Amino acid sequence: MNVKKKVFTVLGWIILIVALAVIYLPIALVILYSFINSKNVGESGPFSLELYKQLFENEKLLTAAGNTLLIGVISAFAATILGTVSAVGIFYLKRGKQAANIVSQLTVYNAEIVTAVGFFLLSILLRNVVQKGIAWLIVCHTVITVPYVILTVSPRLSQLNPNLFEAGTDLGASSARTMFTVIFPQLIKGMVSGFALAFTLSLDDFVVTNMNRGDGVETISTFVYNSIRRGVPPAVRALSTIIFVAVLVVLIAVNIAGKAKTRRGNMPAPAKHKR
Amino acid sequence: MAEKVMLAAEKPLRSASNRSEEASAKGALKFDKIIEIRNVTKVFDDVTVVDNMNLSVKRGDFVTLLGPSGCGKTTLLRMIAGFATPTSGNIFLDGKDITELPPHKRPINTVFQKYALFPHLNVFKNIAFGLKLKRIPDVKRDKKGEPVLNPKTGAHIDVMRKFTKNEIAEKVNRVLKLVGLEGYGHRDTTSLSGGQQQRVAIARALVLEPKVLLLDEPLGALDLKMRKEMQFELKKMHDELGITFIYVTHDQEEALTMSDKVVVISDGVIQQMGTPKKIYDEPANAFVANFIGESNILSGEMQEDYKVRFCGADFKCEDKGFGRNERVDLVVRPEDIFVYPDGSGKGQLKGVVTSVVFKGTYYEMNVATNEYEFTVQSTESFSPDSKVELGIKPDGIHIMKKMRTVNEIITTVDGENTVDFHGGSFEFENSEQFEKGARVKLSVAFDKIELTDDERDGVIGGNIGQSLYKGAYYQVQVYTDDDDDIYVDTPDEWDIDDRVGILIKPQDLIVEKYDEPEDEEANKDARTEEAANE
Repeated sequence: MNVKKKVFTVLGWIILIVALAVIYLPIALVILYSFINSKNVGESGPFSLELYKQLFENEKLLTAAGNTLLIGVISAFAATILGTVSAVGIFYLKRGKQAANIVSQLTVYNAEIVTAVGFFLLSILLRNVVQKGIAWLIVCHTVITVPYVILTVSPRLSQLNPNLFEAGTDLGASSARTMFTVIFPQLIKGMVSGFALAFTLSLDDFVVTNMNRGDGVETISTFVYNSIRRGVPPAVRALSTIIFVAVLVVLIAVNIAGKAKTRRGNMPAPAKHKR
Repeated sequence: MAEKVMLAAEKPLRSASNRSEEASAKGALKFDKIIEIRNVTKVFDDVTVVDNMNLSVKRGDFVTLLGPSGCGKTTLLRMIAGFATPTSGNIFLDGKDITELPPHKRPINTVFQKYALFPHLNVFKNIAFGLKLKRIPDVKRDKKGEPVLNPKTGAHIDVMRKFTKNEIAEKVNRVLKLVGLEGYGHRDTTSLSGGQQQRVAIARALVLEPKVLLLDEPLGALDLKMRKEMQFELKKMHDELGITFIYVTHDQEEALTMSDKVVVISDGVIQQMGTPKKIYDEPANAFVANFIGESNILSGEMQEDYKVRFCGADFKCEDKGFGRNERVDLVVRPEDIFVYPDGSGKGQLKGVVTSVVFKGTYYEMNVATNEYEFTVQSTESFSPDSKVELGIKPDGIHIMKKMRTVNEIITTVDGENTVDFHGGSFEFENSEQFEKGARVKLSVAFDKIELTDDERDGVIGGNIGQSLYKGAYYQVQVYTDDDDDIYVDTPDEWDIDDRVGILIKPQDLIVEKYDEPEDEEANKDARTEEAANE
């Protein structure tokens, strides 16, 4: 019996390690080779920060990174606001809640190429009004990511005390005020993860971006993809590493902040209360 | 006693007949009434949750809305708070119509069952939430706090202002002390126990000094010991503050111990209102008697004034004014039955003890007589299976008018010798022929309806509502799928919410010709009939 249990434990560990390896090996490879100055991954070369230097000298790549960041931040911000408002609206719907949910989530399941072509055709249809480029990309990315924000905010709404909104109005706050001072503060965690998700999705979106970017506008994903024909510039490895580390840092920070908040809540009362 | 009984039974009617006077006195100062509910009906998705209710609440009273879950008491409370709007009817606060006023403009505050504290704010800020929004009248002042006078008239200038930080802190700390949470202001609400959280919720509502405090089963989520403690404290707070409390609960003990006035509600209709003692001693009908306290509820027959017959024996009683041989419901409280040894000749009924339970200060026994198994309380114990006599004094019997003696509806003939009964086609036998589509009065006795285990065996289905032990049978209320109810006398015991099928033999359906009165609604069923008469 004991042996059987042990076998299962060992087997479990093996599966876990293999799974983690499959997930993280490519990333580890990129990080490792961002510190080795060689043309291709796998080739040997000296350990150096040369690629980072190259990265900050490659203007095209820097511009693409700048565009990506700009589009990502603005569209994620817009998507967070629109998504949260939509989630709240859907949550308090009396009728047609199910329908609204399905409609709002349809694009999540839809093939991205369909959305991309849609935007492409729309930009042609509206060619007198809109121009492809960064502004249009921000619009596109906002539209794609709103459903994801709704997805992250909705669960928090359904966890709320059902009388919370009523309690706000009961104590003298108008509906709008209750929304801002009572309901939204409960959704901040969901909004933050919604923002992070929207930003990441915008960051590595290729299909929609490539079809709607217009002439000369590059983001990291289009830049890398389009340079593959000529071979990926080694500096991309340094860029990828920076992005990965940045995401990791944000993730850890969010976790620590969440833990600190819970701990504070359970602290025993200090003897005296100053006000 | 008899007169009192009639008053109790007629209470809803009486207040209704006053309504026209009240309506004419609209706007006139009614100092004693702080809340008035007039003809309020609430319909949710075709289900009538509150049915033409009338109720007035006296200033400073502790009023409890008592009833089983789903009876409409919480909906009524939510309409007073402003969270729901009546489908029809009006709600008045101090004589002013507040039916359409949004909740944040009503000087009414609510304590919710699940507290509904704001999780992102600490205790202090939760309580200060309403104070920060409140505006109070004041006169215009300069920076030193001295009143600024109107240069022309020399009078004070009236303004509305917010509370200052110091005023808020003072008020919050005072109310924290009131609810016994001094020094808890900085605590996170999530770190508090259920009882403490509910205290914060009460403090948060009380700090605004509302005209009326609404409490929606506030102690429902607490354990028994905490609940008892909070009951006592709430009552104390009410006595100290003089604020009108409207309290919703399904716990009859809670209602009886705390309230100045109890309003018993069932099926969206007020069954009775009165002091706890009146409700207990003189229940208006079998529902109230069954819901409040332990009781023996039987069917009987009035022989004449002051004389009633049940369980095969005649009893003296204190009630009169019923028709000769009128079938009535009657209630006998367990503590009003005296148990004597067999052969003593002191009792009116003979019975056998079936069970004995020691309850601390008395014994509770079940005694089976020929027709009914009585629950009795006695300081003297008799062993099981021993023969005893039961005696009931006249003041221990309370006679109630039967709520309904027969199931009666106005309906339509929907085929050859079939008639529509709560959504199903039932066959009937009749000498008189009716055309299809003819309007008829259909009546069927309680004991002529058969309930089946399997819903599919019945012509229509229904859900069991309350069930009343009546000795040889149970009187069961069955909710039909068209949001109506019928009464069935059945030898079987059914559980609440059971799905059953409903069968009626053709010869038991009494179908009579029905002439449409001018007011079509007037005779639809017993309940709306009552409402229309008002």
